[in-house]
Amino acid sequence: MSDKPLAPRDQGAPDYTKYLHPLMAKNYGEWQSHDRLRPGVLVHTAKNGDKLYSVRAGSPRTMSADTVRKICDIADKYCQGFLRFTSRSNVEFLVGDKNDLDNLIRVVEQDLGWPLGGTGPSVSNVSHTQGWLHCNLPGSDAAGSVKALMDDLIEEFRNETLPNRVHISSSCCQINCASHGDISVIVQHHHPPRINHANMQICELPKVVAICPAAAIRPAIVNGYESVEVVHEKCMYCGACHGQCPSMEIRDSETDTLSIWVGGKVSNARSAPTFMKLAVWGLPNNPPRWPEVSDAIRRILNAYKEGGKPWERVGEWIDRIGWQRFFEKTGFPFTRYHIDDGPEALSNLNRSAMVRL
Amino acid sequence: MSGNQESSKAMELHTPMLNELETGPWPSFFSDLKEYSKKKPVVAQLLNQLEESYENKWNYWLGKVLNAPGYGGGIIARVSELAHKYPGLANFHTVRVIEPPGWVYSTEALRNLADTAERNGAGILQFHGMSGDVLLLGFDDAGSLQCVEDLMNDGWDIGGSGAAMRTLQCCVGQARCEMACYDTMKTTKHITDTFIHYLHRPEFVYKFKFKLSGCGNDCANSMLRSDMPIIGTWRGPMQVDQEKVAEFIDEKGMEYLIDNVLTRCPTRCLSVKGKTLVVDNDDCVRCMHCINVMHHALKPGPDRGVTILVGGHRTLKIGDTMSSVLVPFMKLETDEDLEELTNFIERVWEFWNDNGMDHERIGEFIARVGMGTFLKGVGLEPDPRMIRQPRTTSYIKFEELAPPRFEGELKKDPPVWNREVEAVETA
Repeated sequence: MSDKPLAPRDQGAPDYTKYLHPLMAKNYGEWQSHDRLRPGVLVHTAKNGDKLYSVRAGSPRTMSADTVRKICDIADKYCQGFLRFTSRSNVEFLVGDKNDLDNLIRVVEQDLGWPLGGTGPSVSNVSHTQGWLHCNLPGSDAAGSVKALMDDLIEEFRNETLPNRVHISSSCCQINCASHGDISVIVQHHHPPRINHANMQICELPKVVAICPAAAIRPAIVNGYESVEVVHEKCMYCGACHGQCPSMEIRDSETDTLSIWVGGKVSNARSAPTFMKLAVWGLPNNPPRWPEVSDAIRRILNAYKEGGKPWERVGEWIDRIGWQRFFEKTGFPFTRYHIDDGPEALSNLNRSAMVRL
Repeated sequence: MSGNQESSKAMELHTPMLNELETGPWPSFFSDLKEYSKKKPVVAQLLNQLEESYENKWNYWLGKVLNAPGYGGGIIARVSELAHKYPGLANFHTVRVIEPPGWVYSTEALRNLADTAERNGAGILQFHGMSGDVLLLGFDDAGSLQCVEDLMNDGWDIGGSGAAMRTLQCCVGQARCEMACYDTMKTTKHITDTFIHYLHRPEFVYKFKFKLSGCGNDCANSMLRSDMPIIGTWRGPMQVDQEKVAEFIDEKGMEYLIDNVLTRCPTRCLSVKGKTLVVDNDDCVRCMHCINVMHHALKPGPDRGVTILVGGHRTLKIGDTMSSVLVPFMKLETDEDLEELTNFIERVWEFWNDNGMDHERIGEFIARVGMGTFLKGVGLEPDPRMIRQPRTTSYIKFEELAPPRFEGELKKDPPVWNREVEAVETA
């Protein structure tokens, strides 16, 4: 232990000005334009003509301390000791001298073994959650399934050949911490929670009752235990109670499945941000490589690549061609479960006589 | 130092399924950790447990509560159900660390994090968690506290968890982007530091997240993923360099301009005369598309600020809520501007926390009480830019027109039909 006693210090966010590449610090707020030299390599030009090169590589997000040091060695050699990460866990090596680019790229690709890409109209790295590695709620893995998926999609990461960028996210339960994406994978449960009535004393029962979005949970004495019961007809298997109370197990290794959602978008460019919509459900939770998920995502990407016009995001492409043709082109069955019965149910119907025939 | 190391005897890896994650071209976290387990035996236990998860499609982590003295969050405590087989995982916690705004690092800072993670625990790091924090994995109780202490001594601070203001995240902003309309990094640090008490000591009805993007492209993913997105924008005309417009047309062709810029404008406010781009700036909604496509020729206007939105969150419990406009425009340049922002945030928090129910995100709260009530509560005037269209539901409780008996006392004068309706001023 150190000499100082443990005490709150409330130090706040780190002083980022210490962590800016010298060209970033010098040209802060004074940038003029940017260009993509090749997939994975950006150059930003300042008003005074300074150029800063960013070499973007896909990282596995989870790294050992030794791998972090390897990245640092590279940045020390080529980047004056500065780098940054993107919101999708790519690392960006920042280079002031163009002559260093070739060597840096070689070291990143060959020695570190990380692919360059994720810029422009490509599939960027997958934002994902913690999974079986370290979460207390997951029905599936995240880091491993993302690794398997990106093995399959690496050429789409390395090349800029899609209509627009594609953000993929992968979540290991219905809380969906990885959130919306152009294409999104989430776990789905298929029956109400199994309650360990003998262990409900570890949970705050009023909170368990209150958290249920379907008002399906009510207090009950079961086998002499103060516990709750779940009205099965109301329960929608969301698992909110499980997050609140570990004695209400929602997961089931036999029956949990995965579903894929499309058309989520946070950017305001062209069209307003959109939620993601159900594309296909009932895919098996199939470690170690989840091939069914990769196949389904590949089908969506192929159809999008073939039919999307420049700058259309996945959701905008589907808006143009219509959902009927989305299901035709991907081959996914359209089922009654695709018809919304949630808060957006009525507004998600086709409330017009506009029909493609 | 760490109990993890004491209880982690060298253990042989048994990972037939995980070995499948060593094939293929994408970098494998498994290969990395496998190699690292030679140096850190407890990592072998982690991988063996993960293998069991893969084999049984089951998870073996449970949560518990552990806090650094004086803090109410930041350590995500995990205990393994298989601690009898993997003693090093009996307590194997995550420490969240507030990331530098914009995720910029010096190698000195990164090495410091790597050393701290390795010295006190399993030496596994994640860049970054979905709230923006750096995650350091694999500390037992004592290791977690020592890790926090070491982080503090080296100038870091730990992140948020629970019903608190959460760690903020922002795009790279003005540090490397010509489109950023305000200083996202500075604002992120300002909000973090001003409200650090609320980040470390959960006292809200539920979590509250900020994400900050320098423009409508929203690289910080704020719209759907934060309770209060702060997005850069501008007033007045955008900047157009007509020479570069002509160059663009010469290079790409008129057809490209029509198909990919003019007709993709959501409000059709662009047209072209010869090789001159004409912008109807009154109709521009600052979506950023034309600027994205013609970024050498077009720039956001010089009178810049932010649009503040509210209420985004993912599906639990009432379904997805999308953020919507709360403050259409606000300058965010001076220290006074920043203070006005933090004062405004406090007003929003006060009304939400006074009236919100347990576990109710602010988007859910607004859905329950109505945006009209919410605006009144936080002292904002209604503005047509907050809505997509006015209401279509005709059942309305007009306070001004309600019969006096609703106020308690029966009053005859003035009669309802003679009373003056309070005009609502719109900006």
